[in-house]
This record gives sequence, C-alpha cells and structure tokens, in this order.
Amino acid sequence: MFGYYLELAFRSLRRSLGLTVLMVLAIGFGVAASMSTYAVFRAMSGDPIPWKSSKLFFPQIDVWGPASRQGGQRGDGLPADMTYIDAMALMRQHRAAQQTAMYPILPTVYPDDPAEKSRAVPGHAVYAAFFAMLDVPFRYGSGWSSADDGHRARVAVIDSQLNQRLFGGANSVGKAIRLDGHSYRITGVLADWHPQPQFYDLANSNAFGPADQVFVPFATAVDQQLPTNGGMGCGQALPGPGFAGVLSSSCVWVAYMVELDDAAQVASYRSYLNGYAREQQQAGRFSWPPNTQLRDLSRWMDQMGVVPPESKVSLVVSFCLLLVCMVNAVGLLLAKFLRRSNEIGVRRALGASRAAIASQFAVEAGVVGLAGGVLGLLLTWLGVAWMHGVLPRQIAVLTRIDPSLLWQTLLLAIAATLLAGLYPILRATHVRPAMQLKID
Amino acid sequence: MDVLPILSTLHRHKLTAWLLILEIALTCAIVCNAVFLIGQQLQRMDLPSGIAEHELVQIQLGYVGNTPDAKAQTQTDLAALRQIPGVKQVALTRYLPFNLDGGSNTGIKLNPQQQQKTLDAAQYLGQNLLPTLGTRLVEGRNFRLSEYVDLDAAVAALNRGNLKGLPQVMIITRAIAERLWPGKNALGKTLYVGNGIPFRVIGVVAQLARHKRLQQGVEYSTVWPIRMTSADGASYVIRCAPKDRTAVLKAAVAKLKQLDPNRVVLKARAYDAVRRAFFANDRAMAGILVGVIAALLIVTALGIVGLASFWVSQRRRMIGVRRALGATRGDILRYFQTENFVLATIGIALGMVLAYAINLFLMLHYELPRLPAIYFPVGAIALWLIGQLAVLGPALRAAAVPPVVATRSV
Repeated sequence: MFGYYLELAFRSLRRSLGLTVLMVLAIGFGVAASMSTYAVFRAMSGDPIPWKSSKLFFPQIDVWGPASRQGGQRGDGLPADMTYIDAMALMRQHRAAQQTAMYPILPTVYPDDPAEKSRAVPGHAVYAAFFAMLDVPFRYGSGWSSADDGHRARVAVIDSQLNQRLFGGANSVGKAIRLDGHSYRITGVLADWHPQPQFYDLANSNAFGPADQVFVPFATAVDQQLPTNGGMGCGQALPGPGFAGVLSSSCVWVAYMVELDDAAQVASYRSYLNGYAREQQQAGRFSWPPNTQLRDLSRWMDQMGVVPPESKVSLVVSFCLLLVCMVNAVGLLLAKFLRRSNEIGVRRALGASRAAIASQFAVEAGVVGLAGGVLGLLLTWLGVAWMHGVLPRQIAVLTRIDPSLLWQTLLLAIAATLLAGLYPILRATHVRPAMQLKID
Repeated sequence: MDVLPILSTLHRHKLTAWLLILEIALTCAIVCNAVFLIGQQLQRMDLPSGIAEHELVQIQLGYVGNTPDAKAQTQTDLAALRQIPGVKQVALTRYLPFNLDGGSNTGIKLNPQQQQKTLDAAQYLGQNLLPTLGTRLVEGRNFRLSEYVDLDAAVAALNRGNLKGLPQVMIITRAIAERLWPGKNALGKTLYVGNGIPFRVIGVVAQLARHKRLQQGVEYSTVWPIRMTSADGASYVIRCAPKDRTAVLKAAVAKLKQLDPNRVVLKARAYDAVRRAFFANDRAMAGILVGVIAALLIVTALGIVGLASFWVSQRRRMIGVRRALGATRGDILRYFQTENFVLATIGIALGMVLAYAINLFLMLHYELPRLPAIYFPVGAIALWLIGQLAVLGPALRAAAVPPVVATRSV
C-alpha cells in the first residue's frame, strides 16, 4: 500500500507543482535557518567531555566577603578563582577523589636551533592528577607522577604541535625543553587534544582560545616564579611586592577542579568546603559566614557564561522562525488537501477507510517534508558557510556540518511537516463522501 | 474598494484566513524583536572609546624572569621609540579600552566610612597616557611629572599603609563626575578608593571607555599618575598618523628587539584590531539575526503566495461572474490586494501584542531592555510591503481570468 500512496503523492505533487515548490521552499528555509543557528549554539555549548562532565566539579569560596559584591556581577558574585592560600590548603587536605589546582602560563620556549625564533607558548601549570582526571590522550609517554609534584621536579608535557616544531614529531620523551631559561625534562607528548570550549580553566582562559601547548607541575611553576597569564582579581588589598607577595595575598588567580564520583562524595565535599570556610572564619581570616559553591561542569559553564546570551537569543528567534514555517505549512497543506475533496469523496465512496485516507495524505506530507529537508540541508550548508564569514574565527572552526547535524536536519524537517500536516489530514479524513459526489 | 464583501468571503475561508493572520502576526512579532536586537548590537559596537582609535598601535613584550633594571630599560625604550619617524606620542599602559585581554578595576566611594562602593571604575595607569591616547581634557589639567609614582613604590606604600607614598591626584571621566557630584564642579573634590585612600580630582576628561565589564558603566574610568615598566605587563602604545601605522609598528618592533634581543614580542597590533576582536561576537550575532529575518520574510512571503494562489483558483468562477457583470481587471486586482491588506492589518495588530509579549520574555530571561515603540512601525511596514508584493502575482493571475469562465460548467 505504501508504494501506491507514494505514487499517488508524487502524482498529486506534480499536479500542483507551484504549491508544492512553495511548501518545500518554506520548510527548507525554516529548517535551514534554525539548524544553522543551532550549529553555532551547539558548537559553543557542546559538552567537551561528555563521559565525565557530571563528575568534574569546580569549588568556589567567598574570600572577599559580601561587601565586595554589588550588582553587575555574574551569578552569585563569588570569585571564580581561588587565592593561592586556599588552593594549597585544599590540595593538602586532598578530600576529593582527584583534584588539581591550576593557572595559565605563557613561558618562552627557546629552541636549540639558533635559527629558530624563540616564542611564547600558552600552557598551564597543573598537578599530576590533571591528566588522569580529563583522560588526556598521549602520543608518547605520559604525565608526571605525584612524586614529581612533591619535589618540584622540572618536568613538562608538551602538545603534538610543539613537538612537531621542536623535535620534528619524533618521540621526545626524556629530552629537554628550555622554558624561560630553565631546562625541563619531557615526560609525555599529547596526541591532538584541544577541547573546546576549553572547560578546565574557564576562570582564567578564553573558552575558545588557542590550545595549551605546554604543561608543567604547579609547584615547579610557583618555584620558578612563572607569572600567571590570566587575570588576577585583588578585591580591596593589593599584593605585596614580588612573587612572594602574590602568593600570600588575598588576590584570586588559581583555578581549582575536583573529581567526585558519586552523590555521596559530592555531598561530603560540599560540607567539607563549608567546614573549611567556617574554620577560616573562626581563625579570623574571614569576618563573614561561610559561603561556598560547588558546581558540576555544565552548571559551571553556564555560570561562566561560555555561551553568550546573544547566541541563546538568536537560537530562540530562529526556532520562532521554524514555528512560522510550520504555521505556513499547515495553511498550504490545508489548501492542497481540501482542493482534492472530490478525490477523497470518490475514494471514500469506493470503500477506502478513514485510516487509508489519513495514511495517503501522511505519505504525501512526509514526501514534502523529506524534500524540504533535503533543500534545508543544502541551505544549512550555505548558512554555515556564510556564518564562517561573520563569526569570530575560533567559533567558526567549531561550527561545522557533521552526520548528526545532517540527520537531525532531515528529521526535523519531516517531523515538522508531519506535525503541521496533522490538522489538514484530520480535515481530509472528515470529508463526507456523499456531499462531494452530489455536487458534480 | 468595499471591505464588507471581502470580509464575508473571508468568513467562508475562516481557517486558512486565520492561519495566514497567525503567520503574519508571528512574523511581525519576531521581526520587531529581531530588529531591536540588531539595533542593540550595533549600538554596542558603536560605543565611543574616547581615544584616537585610528592613530594608535600597541606592542607588548614578554620578559624572561626578572629583568634587573626594568625602569632604566623602559626609559631607554621610550626614548628610542620617540625617535622613530612618524611617531607623535608614546605611552606605557596595561590595558586599552574595549580589549579582551583583561582590565583592572577599583571601587570608588564618596565617603571613606561607606560600606558599599558608590561605583566601580576602570583604572588606567601609565605615563604620558592622555596625550598619547588623544583623550580630551575638558576641565582641569594633566598630571605634572612630580605627581607620578612608580608602580612598585605605590604597591609597597600601600602594603605598609603609607598614604604619603601613594599618588595623591586623579583624573576622572565626566560620567564619574556627574555621578558623584551631579551639577557641581568636580575639580578639587576628594574621592576615596579601596579602604578609604583619598585622591583629589585635578582633571576631567570628556570620554574614556573602560577596558571590559561594560555593564558596570561604559564611561566609568579613572586615570592614575603611576609609572609602569614593560616588565609589569604594560605595553607600549604609540600614536602616529593613520597611514603610518604599519610602518611605525614594524620600525618600533625592530627597534625594541634591537635594544634587547632577549625579549619576546607578545602582541604588535593596531588598536583597530583590538576593538574589532572585542566586538566580534556582537557583529556575528547581528549578522545571524539579519539572516534569520531575511529567511523569515521569505517564508512568510511564500506562504502568502501559496494561500493567495489557492484562493484565486478556488474563486475562478466567482471572478468570471464578476468580470461578466462588468468588473474591470483593475477591480479584481484591487480586490485581492485589499483582501491581503485587511489580513495583514489584523495580523500586524495581533503581532504587536505578541511582539510585546516576546520582549517581556526576553527581558525576563536575557537582561534585555524594553522594546521602544519606534520598532513597532518597522515590523508593520515590513509586513504590509511583503504582503502586497507577495499577493501581486496571484492577484495578476486572478485579474487575467476571462469573463467567459462564468458561462462554463465545471
């Protein structure tokens, strides 16, 4: 029966070609506009580590007190970073399954080849657990050990790009790299790894910035006085002179991430954080009640405004556009189906059931939806290409058409058309055969 | 043209008519809001910075470890940069207006005992800043050389609680002056920073936008007489004629590398690029919204064409009868045009209400301002025009129906 309905559908669509083309165009445009903006939105808000995002948490502590907050701040206004003092205390107490403090660095790499220019490369100072927590893929070697963290070893992990530049892509594990005038032993080379949004240090880094090329132990970086390449928030009291002054100040500049494997761990870490803040209050460091936050990755990304509100608004606007397209499709399908009341009357009189009529028209609507979807795909491709021109480069490279976007587009087009076809189909099945046969 | 027969005809096509009205209403509501959003983005992108944007280039250097004599090095650099042909002014500062790298801010109070700050302002530090940026003083004077304090000395003084070692004076923007002392002369007045450190206002500039965090007040900026070195993370800002920028930038980078080859150039760019990067998202969103509006208007026009063609084909007999009874082609054409106008008008009226509702929703969820009344006619005119254009084709086809149709049976 399906084949017969398909044939009927094609015949009817050919008969009123103008109306068919209009419908396909309208659905195509609507689907394309929504999917193109969705592609951007997906690129910016995508879960960069879906298998683990519910286990990564980002603690915050109110180190400046309520007086520092006054309108304008994002969310609850707690600093996104920690002070060095708090980050070190939390690291020492080691209450989560895994944890790492980190801060962005920008050391200068001096190549051995004097013909090569020395260059500043972005990176992070992290703890050994960082690589395991994020399942960072290695091409050669591995991360350093916690023992290396302990005795401030001068070790480093570099990314494949830097490895290509310095060592021609060969296995460089065990070789030395000169960062800011000191030599570090390479323990591992990353495979291609550039998560976007760069989620592990949203507090200090641009979520869509360049990839980190070098990682060194946190304690070593502090030892070597590598300055932070991120911001430093200082509330009321400015730091004392020199690097030591920064370390002992109430300035926030260290990001902190913990891994908590189940709800019980989350609850106990939450109360531990609060307890820590209360201790600090009792010790006289804070003159306000404990105020801490612990967010998982998706809430943290939300809190840090990874997806700008403009992008959400344009997503809303383009789904409104899809709604208009569906209203449009309802109107056109209604016009198309009701024009054929005669045909329906004859089929009904010859014994076709309502269900048969309904499936005939559903097939027809489905064909229109499929055609609209194919056109929509083409237009989405154009739309995404056009967006590559207007979007900032870092986001543009993330916005692309992949298989999942393809089938989502097709599915959306067919579902939207069928949904829009529901009422016209209902009307068609309620055509009374006797009335239609009488007139002529 | 009489509207009553049109209404009674539409009454017989109630459902399709209402669908068309609904479509027009939705389109109208979305277009109003989208145009408003585009206006918002454009307005943001057009914010004045108060500096000579097209005459500035910026060079930031990276240092390896602690340079022993950053101050002397900085003086040598500044002197050398001034010698480069085409260079008008040179300054050293950390952040420029509208930059993505960062910013430094300070809370300002009118009274040292105040619990909460009165406003949050951006801090501009660095020597020779105002003449280089081209920021216009409207009252008072620029800093004297004797009023400058070195950054490290100022920080050390602050930590010892020694107010004498801190700068005593400050230049503020007119926006801050108006906020703190509305209608009064700000010169000579005292404001308090942080935990109550006093500063005397000696100058007011017309405009100077802040680095970032624009929601705290775009024009809230302060200029402090603090000398920096390039080791403090400050960058050289050079002013020259717009056409000389590329040459000056190149010459300056070469000069700085020559003075100390151990430095790394982190950034070397014209200010225009800084501003462009800062507003890149806004520009992209405005572009996307323009695309969405275009798609929306096309879809609505297609819908109108489709339904109007359907009606025309359904009413061929009626048109033939009217033509046979003496109606001219013009009458038929105008009939369909008026019909579309009536539908569009009802749709637009509904659309206005809907536009307002959508705006309320956006205000609630995305911190957008209220939709000004000026945007309502924009949507209305767009839809009237689109409607008339879309209906023209089917209406012309209707007008071409010959009177003889009336005499034919089906």
